[in-house]
Amino acid sequence: MEAPGTENRRALLQAVLALLAAGFAAWWLPQVLELFAVINATVYIAMALLALSLALVWGFGGILCFGQAAFFGLGGYAYAVAALNLPDTTYAVPVALGVPMLAAAALGYVMFYGKVSDVYMGVITLTVTLILFNFINSTAGDEWRIGAAPLGGFNGIPATPPLNVPGDPGTVLAPEQVFAVAIGCLAGCYAICKLILRSHFGRVVVAIRENELRAALLGYDVRLYKLAIFAVGGLMAGLAGMLFANCVFVSPTMFSLAYSGQVIIWVMVGGVGTLLGPIVGAMLLQALTAWAGTLPGVNPSLILGLVLVVAVLAIPRGLQPTLTTLLRKRAP
Amino acid sequence: MQRRTLIAAAGGLAAPLVFRHAALGADPIKVVSIHDASGGLDIYGKPMIACVDFAAEEINAAGGLLGRPVQVINYDPQSNIQLYTQFATQAATRDKAAAVHGGITSASREAIRPVLKRYNTLYFYNTQYEGGVCDRNCFCTGSTPAQNVQRLVPHIMQKWGKKVYIVAADYNYGQITSKWVTKFFREGGGDAVAVDFFPLDVTNFGPAIQKIQAAKPDVVVSALVGGAHVSFYRQWAAAGMKSRIPMASTTFGGGNESLLLSPEEGDGIVCAFSYFQEVDSPVNRAFLDRLRAKLGANTPYLGGELAMRSYVGMQLWAEGVRKAGSIDRTKVIEALGSGISVDGPPGRTTLDSKTNHVTLDVYVAEVKNRGFNVLQHFPNSPPSDTQSVCDLQKEPNANRQVVVDVRI
Amino acid sequence: MDLALATGIQALSGIATLLLISLGLAIVFGMMRVINLAHGEFLMLGAYSAVLAVQAGVNLWVAMLVVAPLCVGLLGVLVERLVIRRLYGRMVDTMLATWGLSLGLVGAVTMVFGNTVAGFSAPLGSVQIGAYSTSGYGLFLIAATAVLLAAVWAVLRFTQAGLIARGTMQNAGMAAALGVPTERVYALSFAAGAAVSGLAGALIAPMSGVVPTMGTAYIARSFITVITGGAAMLAGTSSAAGLLGSVNTLGTFATTPVLGEVLMLVVAIVLLRLLPQGITGRFFRRSL
Repeated sequence: MEAPGTENRRALLQAVLALLAAGFAAWWLPQVLELFAVINATVYIAMALLALSLALVWGFGGILCFGQAAFFGLGGYAYAVAALNLPDTTYAVPVALGVPMLAAAALGYVMFYGKVSDVYMGVITLTVTLILFNFINSTAGDEWRIGAAPLGGFNGIPATPPLNVPGDPGTVLAPEQVFAVAIGCLAGCYAICKLILRSHFGRVVVAIRENELRAALLGYDVRLYKLAIFAVGGLMAGLAGMLFANCVFVSPTMFSLAYSGQVIIWVMVGGVGTLLGPIVGAMLLQALTAWAGTLPGVNPSLILGLVLVVAVLAIPRGLQPTLTTLLRKRAP
Repeated sequence: MQRRTLIAAAGGLAAPLVFRHAALGADPIKVVSIHDASGGLDIYGKPMIACVDFAAEEINAAGGLLGRPVQVINYDPQSNIQLYTQFATQAATRDKAAAVHGGITSASREAIRPVLKRYNTLYFYNTQYEGGVCDRNCFCTGSTPAQNVQRLVPHIMQKWGKKVYIVAADYNYGQITSKWVTKFFREGGGDAVAVDFFPLDVTNFGPAIQKIQAAKPDVVVSALVGGAHVSFYRQWAAAGMKSRIPMASTTFGGGNESLLLSPEEGDGIVCAFSYFQEVDSPVNRAFLDRLRAKLGANTPYLGGELAMRSYVGMQLWAEGVRKAGSIDRTKVIEALGSGISVDGPPGRTTLDSKTNHVTLDVYVAEVKNRGFNVLQHFPNSPPSDTQSVCDLQKEPNANRQVVVDVRI
Repeated sequence: MDLALATGIQALSGIATLLLISLGLAIVFGMMRVINLAHGEFLMLGAYSAVLAVQAGVNLWVAMLVVAPLCVGLLGVLVERLVIRRLYGRMVDTMLATWGLSLGLVGAVTMVFGNTVAGFSAPLGSVQIGAYSTSGYGLFLIAATAVLLAAVWAVLRFTQAGLIARGTMQNAGMAAALGVPTERVYALSFAAGAAVSGLAGALIAPMSGVVPTMGTAYIARSFITVITGGAAMLAGTSSAAGLLGSVNTLGTFATTPVLGEVLMLVVAIVLLRLLPQGITGRFFRRSL
């Protein structure tokens, strides 16, 4: 056991390293990759950020959320609606973070203060996602508009304005710049997660995951801590949604069960209780899905399904823990 | 790794074409097709892919385009909007496709369209839809409500009566189409007694069927979409309603819905599309013979228009390239805008340069024994709905989908 | 009067359908605490086996009531052997593996049978209730659900196997200590759950579109019903189906189909907020 001081310093170091690596990637990758690869990489990063948000909430907070896509979708829609109404899309960013965070806090209040537990929490989050999905799908009519932004029902909002240079609404960010922003967000969130987990707050959150009753008996308000970590997760998912809105566009599928399920799968394959694993898991599985779509004559669902079943049976703890153990064994 | 495998896969796909046309000896012209071959929309996507491939083979068999063979690269977005965007980006910036054919739902089209516009890649959307797309780079070759609903409604009003009950899928297509149905009924002196919308995953239609019975309409018009909604027709028949209230639909048969039902459940539903496999013309018979000779037992049932429009879309693009003498996007757009038409299995299709939509033949047919029986044929129906809101001659930089204001 | 009766029948039929599609999932969840996300695909396979059997010339009732549960039950045995058995006690892993299974089954069925099979129409004609006509098969579905429910209850309540199953459900460790082969009990429960799902799928086949992706339209609804019901599988699932089914049907009558769906989901959330352990966490606690 190391002294907490050393650990904190190491966490800080990891956070700084992540930011440096991100800075390097943001500068270097657009120079070597083709344009389409840069754009697709931005989508992958948005998804990786979504996976990271669930990794925090589920892996460390112990809250299995079946509706992470709800916050993802809310972030995307909040950004699109605000960007269409505001003169400078930069102002839409805080909206895209605030709306899903508040939604997560409200939902968290219902669940944690109502003492809803494990599977039941899963069902509530799933149901909320379904309600949002049904609702947003039925907003095709002209009467459904917020200010200048029609909600568009099933078709979504194709005319989502991209981010512009802060303070200069005329200059829209190029795909390479959006990529840099995305990778910055991912690294930033990763660093924040690392720091949160090393803080007193983070330690209490993990303690609650390990033994809720014991933590409560030690005098911590379990509900409040869970609520807080859930809201942070909602915020990060919202950020992912905003990035997604910038490189794809917002449509009700963002709220779909398929997305909610995919995120869980990414985190699971990457390793529950790790941060880097889910990020890698998200990217790997995204690439696999896209690759499966280019194979002639093979049904992609079949491939994905098989990969999943095999992953659960062969590497039950996920990629990161399994790899770490392997490496430790090699180098005694 | 992804990239190398992909090239290998694309190469494998193209190998037979290149081999056969080695004589042409030139770089192939790449056409990317993005259609769902898996997931919930594959019932529409698979026949569309078969028709795009077949059109390319016919073009190649006739010597290719500009002395070069045409190579189709198929991507399967798995009924997932995000993959549509990714594959469209890939098609435009990496494959440098001469044209992209694809998209089934309006949402998937809106995912593709801005990407291809941004990267200056020609786009063909070959599906029946609600109308209103106004974009010089995007050619919509399917029928719109002013074409099919306008023909369907007078037919059923004359046959069955003036009071209609509309059941529609709760998304953009359903919402807009139900307005058009109401409009045409009112124009004929009738009216809609009620309109009900259903989320796409509803499977229990018992309450709806009872509501319809209480409203006692002369006819029911359905604009329901997808596998779950097929339940409606089955529960309708099971409740013994088929013999009491006749039904028409703007969507039934667009894919393969008619195959899912037994004859007792499906027979008698009246539909209107710009093509039915059963269209009785020498051109169509010859086309079907060629398709069967090529695909054998794997020949899909083409049903309504979606698959055939994909074939015609390829023909129109090829005609544009021939006329332009180049695959350069602006030249092809100009050539296409000069009033090109092709005579294909569904009749004559003429591009309307004002809207980039098409003037086409509309057929009214009724379901019969898992297929269709064509009742009426209306040649040369213009896309008047989109024409009322879009003029690309005056506004060449337009880039939007206008919701056609249906005055009812 | 006709209206009330016809509406009542619609509500009953809504409840019965919900119960029917949830029962298989409830058995597996109640017995083993396993949430089978491939449940929707078990329904789909039930429908497919019935449809294919009918096409092959098997009598319609035999196809629905015998062939379908048999096929899917056998598949259940296989799935339990190959996948579920390795993951007991790891609820989330099981969910993930069955999710993968669900994707794989959709893909496999599409590749093997194609995405279109010609369905068969509902037997039994229609029944007239005053001014309203409703399907005879719909009434049969209500009765069949009741019989199925009663049968499961009777097996659990009165037979030796039922006693062992209930014992294992309450305290697996104790049951094992008393010499019960719990592994086999679990295997049989999973197979039984799968068979019931297959039967349900076959029964709804004439009333729904039989396509490989049909499971997705049902899985969320049955998942919500089972969890809202709580730990007691029969009492919980039936009370949840009763409540949610009638809310959905009456909501659809009173307003629109969209609101009817949303209303049902809202009721489920409110219910779980008030009764965090599901309905049977508070009421009917000692029932099955």
